[in-house]
Amino acid sequence: MNYLDFEEPIKTLREQLEQAREIQDKNDLDMTTTIEELEVKIEEVSKEIFGKLTPWQRVQVSRHPDRPYTLDYIEALTEGNFLELHGDRTVKDDKAMVGGLGELEGRPVMFIGQQKGINTKMRQYRNFGMANPEGYRKALRLMKLAEKFNRPVVTLIDTPGAYPGLEAEERGQGEAIARNLLEMCQLRVPIICIVIGEGASGGALGIGIGDKVFMMENTWYSVISPESCSSILWRSWDYKKQAAEALKLTGDDMKGLGLVDDIVPEPLGGAHANREATFQTVKDVLISELDKLQKLNPDKRVNNRLRKFSNMGVVAG
Amino acid sequence: MGWFKRNAEGITTSSSEKKEIPEGAWYKCPNCKTVVSNQEHAATLWVCTMCDHHERIGSDAYFGLLFDEGKYREVAPKLTSADPLGFSDTKAYTDRLDAAKAKTGLTDAIRVGSGEMNGQGVVIACMDFSFIGGSMGSVVGEKIARGIDHALKKGVPFICISKSGGARMMEAGLSLMQMAKTSAKLSLLSKAGLPFISMLTDPTTGGVTASFAMLGDLNISEPNALIGFAGPRVVKETIGKDLPEGFQRAEFVLEHGFLDAIIPRKELKSQLSFSLRMLHTQE
Ligand SMILES: [Zn+2]
Repeated sequence: MNYLDFEEPIKTLREQLEQAREIQDKNDLDMTTTIEELEVKIEEVSKEIFGKLTPWQRVQVSRHPDRPYTLDYIEALTEGNFLELHGDRTVKDDKAMVGGLGELEGRPVMFIGQQKGINTKMRQYRNFGMANPEGYRKALRLMKLAEKFNRPVVTLIDTPGAYPGLEAEERGQGEAIARNLLEMCQLRVPIICIVIGEGASGGALGIGIGDKVFMMENTWYSVISPESCSSILWRSWDYKKQAAEALKLTGDDMKGLGLVDDIVPEPLGGAHANREATFQTVKDVLISELDKLQKLNPDKRVNNRLRKFSNMGVVAG
Repeated sequence: MGWFKRNAEGITTSSSEKKEIPEGAWYKCPNCKTVVSNQEHAATLWVCTMCDHHERIGSDAYFGLLFDEGKYREVAPKLTSADPLGFSDTKAYTDRLDAAKAKTGLTDAIRVGSGEMNGQGVVIACMDFSFIGGSMGSVVGEKIARGIDHALKKGVPFICISKSGGARMMEAGLSLMQMAKTSAKLSLLSKAGLPFISMLTDPTTGGVTASFAMLGDLNISEPNALIGFAGPRVVKETIGKDLPEGFQRAEFVLEHGFLDAIIPRKELKSQLSFSLRMLHTQE
C-alpha cells in the first residue's frame, strides 16, 4: 500500500489495526472491540478526508501508484476474454497506447487506451503513458476496424500528455491527434470514453471524442497539468495547488461546464481502495450506455455527437 | 455603390489598403539586419528582399492581401471572451483580455472574413498572434465554427490562416474542447465536399497544430515558419540535447510529409486561387 501525504491519518490507523490483529493472533488475546473501533474510525476518517478533496488532492489520487490502469480494467471487464492487437501498420507498435478486441458480457467491444507502467522498468517501457504519433494512429486503425465490423469502441484515458519528443515531431504528433479528432467525430459506431486517471491536453483528447464521455470521480481533465500551468503562468513550479483550483479540472467542474457527460463514482479511498467494486461500477455503466447507444441509428448518433462538441465553449457578445 | 452603402452592409476595407504609412519610419530585418522604410517593407508584403525573411503579419494584412480590393464582410465580429472560469493567476484573465484589446484594437485572437478572392467566393479565418499569443479559447473556436457554417451556407471554400501558441490556458478545459469543436465542424465541411485550405504560419504550435491547422485538404505554409505540436523548448528539455538545424521549420515539416507546399507571400493569393479553382467548381 502506498499513501499520499493527506492520507497520513488513514495510514496511522491502518497500522494500529494491523498491530491489534497481530497482538490478537500472537497472544491469543481478544481484541475484537479495539479492532471494531479502529475499523469504524478508519471508515470515518476516510469519509472525512475523501469527502472534501481539494482539486490538487484529486490530481494526486488520479496518479496514485496503486490505481488500476487501462489493461487492469480491460482484463476485469472482459474476464480475460481479450486479444490485444498491435501496431499502426506504418512505423511500429506504441507500448503507451494499447488496444484490442474484448468481450463485455457477451458484447464484442474494441477497447483502446493509454497504458502506464507499474514499476520503474515498466514505466519506461510504457513511456509513462505518453503516446507517440504511431500510438494515435494505432488507435485510429483499431477504431476503423471496429467501424468496419460494426463494433462499439470504448476508450480509457490515462495520460500526462502526448510525448513531446523529437521523433514524435518528425512523425507528426499534431497531425496524428488532429486526424483522430476528425475521424472520431464521424465514426459510425458508438464511442464511450472514460478518463480513468489523468486526462492531459490533446494527448487525452486524441482518443476522447465520444457519444458519452465520463470521468472517474478522482481524475482530472484539462488543457495542461497544474504543474506546467504553474510554471508558465506563475513562472514557478510552486503554484500547482492554485493552478489546480484555477483550471477547474475536476469531474464536477468539467460536467458543470458541459465538457463531459457524467462522473463515475469510485469506492471510498479511490479506485485502488477496492478494485473489484471499481470494475463492477464501470462495467455496469458501460453495459447500460452501450445498450442505449446501440439502439440509435448511426446518423442520429453521429449528429448528436457533433452537436454536443459543437456547442462547447462560452462566449459573450 | 457609395462607400456609405457598403458600410451599411457591413463591408470592411482592410486598413492596410486604405492607410497611408507615414514616411520616415524604418524596419530592420531581424534576420539579416537590412534596413528599409516601413513603406517599402509593406510594399514587399513584409518580406525582406535581401534574405526572404517573412515578417509575422496579422489578419488585417492578410485580408488586405487576399480579398479582392481588400474588401470583406466580417463574420461574428463582436464575440468576446466571457471569462467563464473566473480565471486568475498572477493577473486576472479579464485584465489580460482588456490589455490585449487595448494594445491590438482586436476583440480576440482571430477574425473571419467573407468575400471574394480573384472573383471566387471564399471565407477566410485568420489568427492574430498579437492577441495573447494567438491562443485559442472559446471565441477562437466559436468564430471558426461560424466561419465554417458561413462557408457551408454559401457553398464556398474555407481557408484558415493559423498563427498561434496553442490553446489558451485561462480557459482550461473549454480551450481544450475547441480542438474537438473545430474538428467536428471541419468534418461537416468535408462531408459537404467543400475545400479547406489550412495555412500554418509562423508560429503554429500546440492544440492548434493538433486540430484544425493539420486538417487541411491542403496544408500550406510560408518559408521558415515554425510548426510543431510541442514547442522547441519543451522538445529540447525532453531529449536533453540540442535540436537539429531547421527543426520544426516549414521546410522540415514538408520533408517529413505534413505540408503540401510552402508558398512565398507574394505568390500566396494566386496560388490559393489556383488551388481552389483546381479543387472546386464555383456554382
Ligand atoms: Zn532580411
